[in-house]
Amino acid sequence: MAVTIPIGPQHPALKEPINLTVTVDGETIVDIGVRLGYNHRGIEKAGELGNYIQDIYLTARICGICSHIHSTTFCQGVEELLGLEVPKRGLYIRTLVCELERIHSHLLWLGVAGHELGFDTLFMYSWRDREIVMDLLEIISGNRVNYGMNTIGGVRRNITDEMKPQILKGIQQLKERTEYYLGVASTEVTFLRRTEGVGLLPKEKAIELCACGPTARGSGVEYDVRRDDPYAAYPYLDFKVVTSDLGDVLGRTVVRVLEVIESCKMCRQIIEELPEGEFRTKAPRKVPAGEVVSKTEAPRGELLHYIRSNGTDHPERLKVRTPTLANITSVLHCLKGGYIADIPIVFAAIDPCMACMDRIMILDSENRNRKEKQAISWEELRKYSMKWYSDRYQSPSPLKGEARRV
Amino acid sequence: MSKIGAMFPEISRYLFKKRATVLYPFERLDIPKNFRGRPIYDPEKCSLKCKGLCATDCPAKAIIMEQVGEEESRPVFLLYRCAFCGQCAESCPFGAITLSEEFELASYDKESLISKQW
Repeated sequence: MAVTIPIGPQHPALKEPINLTVTVDGETIVDIGVRLGYNHRGIEKAGELGNYIQDIYLTARICGICSHIHSTTFCQGVEELLGLEVPKRGLYIRTLVCELERIHSHLLWLGVAGHELGFDTLFMYSWRDREIVMDLLEIISGNRVNYGMNTIGGVRRNITDEMKPQILKGIQQLKERTEYYLGVASTEVTFLRRTEGVGLLPKEKAIELCACGPTARGSGVEYDVRRDDPYAAYPYLDFKVVTSDLGDVLGRTVVRVLEVIESCKMCRQIIEELPEGEFRTKAPRKVPAGEVVSKTEAPRGELLHYIRSNGTDHPERLKVRTPTLANITSVLHCLKGGYIADIPIVFAAIDPCMACMDRIMILDSENRNRKEKQAISWEELRKYSMKWYSDRYQSPSPLKGEARRV
Repeated sequence: MSKIGAMFPEISRYLFKKRATVLYPFERLDIPKNFRGRPIYDPEKCSLKCKGLCATDCPAKAIIMEQVGEEESRPVFLLYRCAFCGQCAESCPFGAITLSEEFELASYDKESLISKQW
């Protein structure tokens, strides 16, 4: 007999609100539905109201973990609209922060994955080692998160010569630690039992469902924006795109851990080959009319920003497509046929970020389920709340004669 | 090759090491050079007539311009809104704003977070 259980929007297994309607037969998931939109923040509209300089900081706040890549994508789009050429040193510094951010995001994910598997030791240790990269980001930008490094026409802070040995030392430590975690992830039996063959996504299915980022690469799809549509300083760097043919959660883990090692090599190359000269150019405040799609490889996958300008100092339209939205259909496929107990880890394996993803919220004012209307105006809500509170504090019992439950 | 307790040697090694955390506020870490804290306004350098480029560019709308003369205005910093991005310091053509290293700005009183520095 099939039973339908709701998971979320508030659920201990989820870090952010999303609703999964899971139909189970015994322990096996037979069908799964998803509802998004619990975390809509109106960022696109806010972006249209602010000017381009304000929007750099706004787009950086789309995601708390991959904030730099969002502002990079935005700045890159605006620079393309302006026809502005960014100095090479600026591009290198921008790429360095991108790669450090990828290291920090993937190490954070490794900890979260360990936590979801009940392997909290891995969680504690990988997060402690993540502090190394957080310290490096703090040295470069002054902040642990929301670095504020990007500006239209380059980066805001330079890398001085005394920073270089510190960064190289940190990267070396990180590389050693990540190699150790690769060993742990591929030998520890408690880790392997929970990840091998769990959440299978075959290569054909990954292509069909438009998976992106480590989710697609963990299924053997060799696609990476950094190599296939290079931006910033990536054309000048040597790196290989990591893929795995396993197609399960273990495959995605291996891809992420190997990507960290690859990123460490890239950071080293950037520091060693950092060109001399200016790191930013002056950008005009007004952007000529036009439209642009800017594409980058965020730690979670391919990230798109669409910007339409109208000749003023603020964008006419800003549209953001985050990698989580692209991966949500493939995660539903992965969950089908699996066990209820595997939902947290399979869902976490795409590294979901709901707050980044939600671009729309659907309100059903027609209301199919209840008799009274749900959608009420702000004024009505205010009046209702004032009445509710005054009733509550004036009458001794708000439940009108019934015994008040405490 | 799979084995149980792959992290065990590592964990037992760390039993005898120093702790990784510091006892804030008794111990403090060094503040990085590029840190952005409470904005400091230099009334001498401010031109008064630029109509507030700092306020126009502030992404958090944390700066409001207050009229001080007929055509002159000075910025008021609303620290409860400030995101400490440092864009005001960058936008100011006269270098009248700098960001300090002060970061312990929590307060019970909202009024004390309105910073008028002239």
